[in-house]
Amino acid sequence: MNKNKEQLLNKRYKAEQRFRLYGLSAIFMALLFLTIFIFKIFSTGYSAFQKTWLIVPVTFDAELMMLDQNPSKEDLQDADYYDIALKSMADLDPNANEDQENELKRMVSYFFEKEIKNKLLNDPNLIGKTKEVYLTASDDLDQVFKGNYPRDLPEDQRRVSDYQLKIFDQLVANGKVESKFNISFFTNADSREAELAGIASSFMGSIFSILVCLMIAFPVAVLAAIYLEEFAPKNRFTDFIEVNINNLAAVPSIVFGLLGLGVLLAIFHLPRSTPLVGGITLSLMTLPTIIIAARASLKAVPPSIREAALAIGASRMQTTMHHTVPLSMPGTLSGTIIGLAQALGETAPLILIGMVAFVNTIPGSPMDPAASLPVQIYIWAESAERGFVEKVSACIMVLLGFLIIMNLFAQIIRHKFEKKWS
Amino acid sequence: MIKIKAKDVDVFYGKKQALFNITLDIEENQVTALIGPSGCGKSTFLRCLNRMNDVIDICSVKGEILINDFNINDKSCDVVRLREKIGMVFQKPNPFPKTLYENVSYGPTIHGMAQSKQEMDEIVETSLKKAALWEEVKDRLHEPGTGLSGGQQQRLCIARAISVRPEVILMDEPCSALDPIATAQIEELIDELKKEHTIIIVTHSMAQAARVSQNTGFFHLGQLIEHGSTDKIFKNPDNKKTQDYITGRFG
Repeated sequence: MNKNKEQLLNKRYKAEQRFRLYGLSAIFMALLFLTIFIFKIFSTGYSAFQKTWLIVPVTFDAELMMLDQNPSKEDLQDADYYDIALKSMADLDPNANEDQENELKRMVSYFFEKEIKNKLLNDPNLIGKTKEVYLTASDDLDQVFKGNYPRDLPEDQRRVSDYQLKIFDQLVANGKVESKFNISFFTNADSREAELAGIASSFMGSIFSILVCLMIAFPVAVLAAIYLEEFAPKNRFTDFIEVNINNLAAVPSIVFGLLGLGVLLAIFHLPRSTPLVGGITLSLMTLPTIIIAARASLKAVPPSIREAALAIGASRMQTTMHHTVPLSMPGTLSGTIIGLAQALGETAPLILIGMVAFVNTIPGSPMDPAASLPVQIYIWAESAERGFVEKVSACIMVLLGFLIIMNLFAQIIRHKFEKKWS
Repeated sequence: MIKIKAKDVDVFYGKKQALFNITLDIEENQVTALIGPSGCGKSTFLRCLNRMNDVIDICSVKGEILINDFNINDKSCDVVRLREKIGMVFQKPNPFPKTLYENVSYGPTIHGMAQSKQEMDEIVETSLKKAALWEEVKDRLHEPGTGLSGGQQQRLCIARAISVRPEVILMDEPCSALDPIATAQIEELIDELKKEHTIIIVTHSMAQAARVSQNTGFFHLGQLIEHGSTDKIFKNPDNKKTQDYITGRFG
């Protein structure tokens, strides 16, 4: 008898130990995956925050630029920079033939003419002089400099020719190649050229979409939650609504995208590809999430508080607005932020309403065409150029950073403003 | 003087009847205790008196309850006005998670009882004084009410209830969550409050009923078995069941 009891006890201890082990290994697995994921993203993406520049001497030849003796500001604006830009690249190799000159030109971004122009506009005294100018290296050379380029492939399988590599190596040896923080990644809109592509358009697009989403979803969801939780009679009809709200939360986001396409664009003719439409579509998706969070936090307010207010003669409305709703706000707000964070990472519905279009301008309002961060990731991940690989990871890093900040904010709100009940 | 007259009050929770034919008169400026075993309907009856049962969807009340000869179950009765006149203190102290001052001033604010900050200060002070809490908290009126001890919280709830100068105060087992010292303080307070208010208290403690009340009603299984002066109920009850309950044979 006694022995039997001891065996049972041992069994129980063992079972508990096993259970702990399962738990620990589950946590370990989760952390492992997370670490691998983050490590992969960071190791691929960090180089996108650096940009490679070629330092090229440019001779600001007034004749080649078609400038008169004392040019005005407007003259400088309208001057022809293409020839001096071409010449300065060709001068990198005095013995170059015509084909090679073309190759030399392709070592920098097509933006090089503008970069030279800006240099002169900043300092008009440079006319007639020779000055070293920083020119954005082409995306392939950028990758070469970062060590990401397979130089040992046969030449016909590379976009960078042996000749370009030779000149580039000379420049590197002479210290004429420099790597600097990639500001344009944050200030430029999307571009077909990897070295010029930035996230400004998609970042602003995401911000506008989220704002539109917040302004629609939050008030509607909170009012719905308050009505359902505090005022609605409990009957079949409200049960039906409740079930459907829960169903709505489980609807795949692409369905909302179709709804946005079919209703907002086709019937209401709202401007396509804009954060306005994106935000409205996302708000449909966020709505059930916020309603559920708000109802849960309204439910969490102890009934004794409602009774206390009612018993002193507060009306139902006063009880709700003075006590229940303020007390439920921390939970509602953190639920809202989590809902918005979900919306921020949403891609499918935005693709359907056209926010996947190539947008090379930065939107100034929710009515302007824009991309959004997750869609930008999708667009870049589709691109063939090697230069976009690191951009994808960098964009993911920005999005993740955004999400972490939002979730952190939700946590802070919850901890700081949550009341402790007696 | 009779303050409240209940006539043939029936209460149903859905199909289940919780109170049967309760007829009871409550004397003004006295303490009436409602006693009985758990689930006998005494709290339900108490909540009929300020229509707190309205909050429960499935609950329906039949019969007449006259307060100052006005039937509060009548359609024309405004619950907000009614609850202004009939305050309530609950079993578990339930101060708002706000400051002490806000707890007491909330009622007067929503009923527009103070014209100025000064008047409000006065109301808060007198209410807290009447609830015998003023001396303990006068230096921390702007600290959260939930930071007080259990007994203090309950007195804060009493202060909150009397801040709107109700004619009747309903108390639903106000001491069941308190220690003996806090209980003694509350009982002393009840004795003081009955000078200005009519008090109805539900209690599980027969000793408490005997100590604080002048009248007692004994409930059992939804029926009012017997009521009368506390002296009589405790010393010489008419009904056998009352006798058994008082002497602790069941309950």
